[in-house]
Amino acid sequence: MRKYIIKRLLLSVMILFCVSFIIYTILRCLPSSYVEHTAIQLSQAPGAKPYEEWLEQLNASYGMDKGILPGYLTWLSGAVRGQFGDSWKYTVPVLEKFNEVIWLSFIMGAIAFILELIIAIPLGVIAATKQYSRTDYAVTAGALVGISLPTFFFATILKLIFSVNLGWFDLYGLVGRDYAKLDAMGRLLDMGNHLVLPIATLVIVSVGSLMRYTRTNMLEVLNADYIRTARAKGLSEKKVIYQHAFRNTLIPLVTIIGGSLPGLFSGALITETLFMIPGIGYTSYEAMRIGDIPFSMFYMTFLAVLTLASNLISDIMYAVVDPRVRIAD
Amino acid sequence: MEENKQNMQEQNEQEKEPYSLNDDRRVKVLSPNAMVLQRFFRNRLAVLGLIMLLVMFVFSFIGGVISPYREDEQFYRYEDQMKEYVGVVRNNDFRYTAADGQKFDTILQAEFQLAVNNERDSFEYKGTTYEVLEEGEDLYSISADGTMLAIAAKDIVNAEGAEVSFDVKYGALKAYTNEEESFTANGKEYELDEEGNILDGETVLGYVSRFVVSSESADVVPSRVFKEELETVIDNDETEFTFVDEDGVENSYKISYDATTMTWSVKQGRETYVYDSYAKPNKEHWLGTDSNGMDMLTRLMYGGRVSLIIGFIVVIIETVLGVILGGLAGYFGKWVDMLIMRIVDIFYCIPSLPLIIILGAAMDAAKVDPSIRMLYLMLILGFLGWPAIARLVRGQILSLREQEFMTATEACGIRVSRRIFKHLIPNVIPQLIVTCTMSLGSTIIMEATLSFLGMGVKFPFASWGNIITDVNSAYVMTHYWFVWIPAGICLLIAVLGFNFVGDGLRDAFDPKMKR
Repeated sequence: MRKYIIKRLLLSVMILFCVSFIIYTILRCLPSSYVEHTAIQLSQAPGAKPYEEWLEQLNASYGMDKGILPGYLTWLSGAVRGQFGDSWKYTVPVLEKFNEVIWLSFIMGAIAFILELIIAIPLGVIAATKQYSRTDYAVTAGALVGISLPTFFFATILKLIFSVNLGWFDLYGLVGRDYAKLDAMGRLLDMGNHLVLPIATLVIVSVGSLMRYTRTNMLEVLNADYIRTARAKGLSEKKVIYQHAFRNTLIPLVTIIGGSLPGLFSGALITETLFMIPGIGYTSYEAMRIGDIPFSMFYMTFLAVLTLASNLISDIMYAVVDPRVRIAD
Repeated sequence: MEENKQNMQEQNEQEKEPYSLNDDRRVKVLSPNAMVLQRFFRNRLAVLGLIMLLVMFVFSFIGGVISPYREDEQFYRYEDQMKEYVGVVRNNDFRYTAADGQKFDTILQAEFQLAVNNERDSFEYKGTTYEVLEEGEDLYSISADGTMLAIAAKDIVNAEGAEVSFDVKYGALKAYTNEEESFTANGKEYELDEEGNILDGETVLGYVSRFVVSSESADVVPSRVFKEELETVIDNDETEFTFVDEDGVENSYKISYDATTMTWSVKQGRETYVYDSYAKPNKEHWLGTDSNGMDMLTRLMYGGRVSLIIGFIVVIIETVLGVILGGLAGYFGKWVDMLIMRIVDIFYCIPSLPLIIILGAAMDAAKVDPSIRMLYLMLILGFLGWPAIARLVRGQILSLREQEFMTATEACGIRVSRRIFKHLIPNVIPQLIVTCTMSLGSTIIMEATLSFLGMGVKFPFASWGNIITDVNSAYVMTHYWFVWIPAGICLLIAVLGFNFVGDGLRDAFDPKMKR
């Protein structure tokens, strides 16, 4: 087991190098509008150096004058030591900005995820036990509608109904107008109020896939021989479903839940942008739009790390949860 | 009735030949494909999805042909913009005209006013007696020692061209108040017509009127005819009138009276030719128009075409790449598998949405042509999407190639390429179809999201995503539902259709499903 984990970790690191190199290459090959834009601005100041000189100086200061490979190695040597450079847009070290916004995204993601679990698992189980009943159709259709809903459209409808027509929530932002006047408790409530719609959007849009996953796995288990045996033994249906079937359904569920944990940090780019919630998603979106290479580079590497971590965790979880799975060393 | 039915049944039974027990015809034989179809059509959600898809395809591909408008046809409308044109004051003060070579200053004017108010026919000032003679209604002449000093009148003589002499003015006013048609001044005969024009033979010297028309802006010089028309309208207490000017352009005016300043302000309705933007749904535009004055319904049809075509092309690219690479990896195993699967791992880790946003921003900066941009978008989406399909194909082929029929193909000496594409791939097709249908839905959502963010399909091309972009302004969101709700619903129906059908196919292909 340990050998397997070590092997996987090494492989992940290798993949990470490749991914970050690809991302770096793509970013470097793009017309770096930000540098040029800044150079134009600086050169227009009275008595300033001409544009070409500024461009050269800026490129040198950002390590853009080197070839792609040396540039990547420079970036890598910094990144290994935890130095990702200064964000061009936010003019602070990338990690500082990251630290500032990540927790909001995490809290939002975590609340949404817990709600998803609470909604999806019971409904999925019920749908599977009553296959082809009206409930099953409703759950399946509901899950598919959730999956099919484009986030931006659903978020806008929520805004129209709850912010504009009912006036319960603000349209944008994390804090209200008189946030500064509130006490600590009031501030927390104010933020919570502003997070209701984004979290609702996240839950509705992503609850469907978990619901379907639960249903499919539950169905598979219910068709298994040991369930027939349990029924033949004369166990009550309740016992069959909740003690024999559901427990076995938990195997794939726990695997997938474990795999989604790193994803909680990735932030919801679209939802955060729509509601202007200053989490990691919105912050990176703003940075990426103006071609802020240090921040984009960091964010994309971070996402790659999260993906690798979630793959690794689900594989390990699978072996841990299911005693039948033995990993060959 | 009962009997009839029974007879019918008996007849039917007689018509049916009695099959022997082992007759094949006793069993309804269905090919596997027919069974899949049967299972599919028994699934109500799947059928609903199929109908939804059909509707969306007809809407997008045939609708665009039927629609009388083009994708980027802009519509205009005339908009009445009311602008202050002139102000009209009815003169209620005396206006004084001094005779040639005489003076009638403000003190005298005030004394005269007093005298008129007290109905005296003379007043004194600094030892001089001034005589006031009422020559008609609101027309007085003031004279001292037998010489006429001035006239005071509420009607005003407006000169047309050269200044009108005092004598003519006097005569005209006198004739006007007493409703005479001609008068003589300086031994010359002048005529006064009904509209108050002072005529010297044929030429119009000026006209008499009680209204003062002053223009609100420097470039407006109201014509004489306009003023006359305006007076009659004001006399009749009308609030609206239209007037055709010398160039034959018809303008409409609105008149409002302000009691405190006692002025009529006349506003001109200038018809401005503007884009018919955000028109409410009407007969010509069933779903109204968008911000550029384009027909919404037509945009939706063409947008659907773009969205669906992009979806299909992307999925085709994904599938071709995924099947080839996944097939190779699964069949050859060993280092080929190793290599391809590592590439898949790497592609899996590249965050696609951020990458496309960055590429989109770069294309924005480089001002890439919208049609080329659309091509890039499809290539990028397809190129980032193949690893999932490659994994699926590889997994299937890994388990299939250990089966007996593959050993048989090897024993028969069938070519490798034929073994892969003729014997292995067809067995993967069911899962492939399901995955492709589902990923059509998600690709359409992805494209719509990017277009919504302004990173995907760009104007002048329509796509369901970029139609909804207008909603970014809160005003549009709250006031013009028809701009974004229909597009969102189209998007939802199409994606839902793909997902329902995909889900139905998955169930139908699964032989374990009891249905």
